[in-house]
Amino acid sequence: MSDTELEGIVESPWSGGASPFAVNSKKLGMWLFIVSDSLTFSALLISYAYVRLETPDWPRPFEIWPAIAKSSFMTLVLLSSSLTMVFGVSAAHKGEVKKAVRYLLATMAFGLAFVLIHATEWYTLIVEEHVTPWSNPWGTPLFGGTFFGLTGLHMLHVTIGVAYLGVIAWGYNKGKWTADHVEVSGLYWHFVDLVWMFIFPMVYLLSVNPK
Amino acid sequence: MSAHGHADVADGHDVGSTKLFVWVWVWLLLLTALEVFLAYERLEVHLMITILVGLSLIKSALIMSYFMHLRFERLGLVLLLIPAMVFCICVMLVVFFPDSIRLMNLRPPQ
Repeated sequence: MSDTELEGIVESPWSGGASPFAVNSKKLGMWLFIVSDSLTFSALLISYAYVRLETPDWPRPFEIWPAIAKSSFMTLVLLSSSLTMVFGVSAAHKGEVKKAVRYLLATMAFGLAFVLIHATEWYTLIVEEHVTPWSNPWGTPLFGGTFFGLTGLHMLHVTIGVAYLGVIAWGYNKGKWTADHVEVSGLYWHFVDLVWMFIFPMVYLLSVNPK
Repeated sequence: MSAHGHADVADGHDVGSTKLFVWVWVWLLLLTALEVFLAYERLEVHLMITILVGLSLIKSALIMSYFMHLRFERLGLVLLLIPAMVFCICVMLVVFFPDSIRLMNLRPPQ
């Protein structure tokens, strides 16, 4: 936020006389959204944890290859995308537009790779192993319901994130938007990464085939 | 100031160095590797989920404080966001688990 903008806010009768959190409204808004979205995922993960722990015939179908190898690699991809996003935000704050846009594109490429690898995994489960949200060959049907529910909602977030970053990269490159917009989109992206840090161990690692 | 400009340095904002962020990334990868290793250790499932969620909480704290910049924000923002979120999640845990276990015990014996 530029200094003149800040002065405008401080002088406005609605400002409360100051900027108590020293962030702009976009960033505060994104943080509040992240808190509410984290509660959505918490509710899903907590109910998943309950059915996982209390169901005796929970299937453990995930072999090292493909499921665990692929999902570990997806974790690496998502963590790396967060790193490029951090570099993109800091380049944007230094005013290096080209560099920031390149980092944003790299982040989008990682995100897209994540979705594509995830899609191949879904394909294996659905087509080759006949898992659906209401049935599977191994045990309780809750397995498919919780698996597709949790990973599907997360995949939706990643897909929306890739589109969001694309719009921001385009607008920032054109000079339509500022480094603040890049930073706020970064917050969303890191949150998607953070959610995967819970889904990966709870959904995949609690259903590995221990052989 | 250009259209893209942002006077971060002038704000006195310490935003972390490239080296710091790479280190955070390395730590996140190491903790993930530890989780994958533990998955094959045949631990009892309640113990396993406790360890995994604990490690994930450490990872999310790293992501929030460094990648999401919370460590470099004013304390007021952290106090606005984090305690409320933790409180709500604890309410869910406290209400959800005992009640669902009670309901399970109400099932007719099979």
